[in-house]
Amino acid sequence: MSNKLLKVTGIRKSFDIPSGVFGRKKTLKAVNDVSFEIMEGQTFSLVGESGCGKSSTGRLVSRLLTPSDGEIWIDGEEISQKKESQLKKMRQKVQMIFQDPYASLNPRMKVRDIIAEPLLIHTKLSKLEQQRLVSEILKVVGLNESHADRYAHEFSGGQRQRIGIARALIMKPRLIIADEPVSALDVSIQSQILNLLKDLQSEYNITYLFISHDLSVVEHISDYIGVMYLGTIVESGPKDAIFSDPQHPYTKALLSSVPVPDPTFRKERIILKGDLPSPMNPPTGCPFHTRCPVSMEVCKTIEPKVTQVALDNHFVSCHLMSS
Amino acid sequence: MSEKLLQVEQLQTDFTKDKRKIRILHGVNFHINKGEVIGLVGESGCGKSLTSLSIMGLFKGTSGEITGGNIRFNGQDLTSLNVNEMRKMRGKQIAMIFQEPMTSLNPVMKIGEQLMEPIRIHLNLNKKQAKEHAVSMLKKVGIARSDEVINEYPHQLSGGMRQRVMIAMAMSCNPNLLIADEPTTALDVTIQAQILELMKQLQQQENMSILLITHDLGIVAEMCDRVVVMYAGRVVEEADVFDLFEKPKHPYTQGLIGSVPKIGDKRDKLDSIKGNVPDPSDMPIGCKFAPRCTQVMPICLEKEPTSMMLENERLCSCWLYDHERGETHV
Repeated sequence: MSNKLLKVTGIRKSFDIPSGVFGRKKTLKAVNDVSFEIMEGQTFSLVGESGCGKSSTGRLVSRLLTPSDGEIWIDGEEISQKKESQLKKMRQKVQMIFQDPYASLNPRMKVRDIIAEPLLIHTKLSKLEQQRLVSEILKVVGLNESHADRYAHEFSGGQRQRIGIARALIMKPRLIIADEPVSALDVSIQSQILNLLKDLQSEYNITYLFISHDLSVVEHISDYIGVMYLGTIVESGPKDAIFSDPQHPYTKALLSSVPVPDPTFRKERIILKGDLPSPMNPPTGCPFHTRCPVSMEVCKTIEPKVTQVALDNHFVSCHLMSS
Repeated sequence: MSEKLLQVEQLQTDFTKDKRKIRILHGVNFHINKGEVIGLVGESGCGKSLTSLSIMGLFKGTSGEITGGNIRFNGQDLTSLNVNEMRKMRGKQIAMIFQEPMTSLNPVMKIGEQLMEPIRIHLNLNKKQAKEHAVSMLKKVGIARSDEVINEYPHQLSGGMRQRVMIAMAMSCNPNLLIADEPTTALDVTIQAQILELMKQLQQQENMSILLITHDLGIVAEMCDRVVVMYAGRVVEEADVFDLFEKPKHPYTQGLIGSVPKIGDKRDKLDSIKGNVPDPSDMPIGCKFAPRCTQVMPICLEKEPTSMMLENERLCSCWLYDHERGETHV
């Protein structure tokens, strides 16, 4: 039995949004009581639409943001309120891959130096030793040594994402947080990167927290999935349970909205009415009730509790389940 | 036999960079019948957006120019029209919606004013009539508070609402052809589903033709009748949507379809196409896909294949099918 590498309980994060000189400060609740855990060597995906808080959750776990409440346990250590100086050890274990391979690599640095930078910070290796590791890692991500002396702009999007992955890998991290790592890439390149991420996982037993809006990508790469809506996880469970037996009306609608690349496939589509409510002014009760096709009276006032569905580890927050 | 609305023949478009001409479109051929939805697919840089800009003649402020071929719309050659004639065509008979609903609306103009602009120019209506028409268009695209929305500015609307406004604007003069360039790429899936449903509905009501440009094969499968696949500024395959997904012919199309993760798909590994799209200023000789192709043959590296007509009126530019070529077969 593998151990829990990451355990997040009840984390919250709100941002203060100033509104005018005399206006009262507004609060945006980006992440609202989110809990999940990931076993070592597995992939947990957070999926949802823009503004649902999935990226903020990723940033909280990597402590690029500090949660206002809740606990984050990584490898048996609680890190939610640690100071920057105390986080250095944890940062070796946790690395990030970002969405935009154009913006996340320094254009003035050679690829060699970009990839070696974590070594500079965390280790006391000699220059020679560093370079040896860089060449090694370049091969692992499917580039070659001659690429090391070029600059980021000389590479295509897919190659840049490989550089980003190399930089994350060089510290031999236990957990990689990948925030939309393939959404800026073309499909043929996207599949190269997804395959690479899977290979790396089986080879080095890396754990992924994978953040994406693309359900088909998420299904391909995940073991467990959490569906987020307006800062909360509305449904979570093993991949197969979420895709073949979704319980929450939002998960059902989300799944039915994905266009299927097969013209012979005709499905019953649930079209949600309206837009996502503003997170500055979230609805009372269940956050989804304003767009829910099966909303009831109780949904407007009382927030639903997390209930376990028959199957292990499959949780839903919906009044339909608790009644 | 269905009537051809738009016919693009041997279209060539060049850009000038550092006094050097770089050809981006190399003889693009396809046609759109009346009431048909055509999908133009390919990866970034394959020339799909440039094809649509060439049809619309939207090169102002760039070095782009059409250097060969013609574009026939209702029998008239669009490349021979002057600026004024083209202006009368755009918005009235051919309308376009763009990817970014955030940037394609004017931020300092009210929605109503923007909507009324094409209506007043093309339909010769007075202000009051134009306003009524604008409100009715907004209703048609499913905006509930249309009387209020015409007095609002784009920043007050959400992304999905803005794209609805763009569609209302494009549809307001009853165009024969709607060019939609990645109309839902910037939107969330649940909003995308709303917009696609709306486009389908309007297309059937008005019997309009749509040229849908997208990289998303799921959208193609759902919306289109026929599909044109582009690679490196060329059309590599054209087929009925059912034929294309059932049995893609060109190795590029095969790779493209194989690399899309599908829900319910139990493959552990996705297919992928090795390498990258070639740089337009440094194209390989022979077939442009040859360096990435899994079924490459000696001839592919020497000679570029031409478009071959295969069964079911499908076209494919690939040496693999040379022996199936109808007329030239000996």
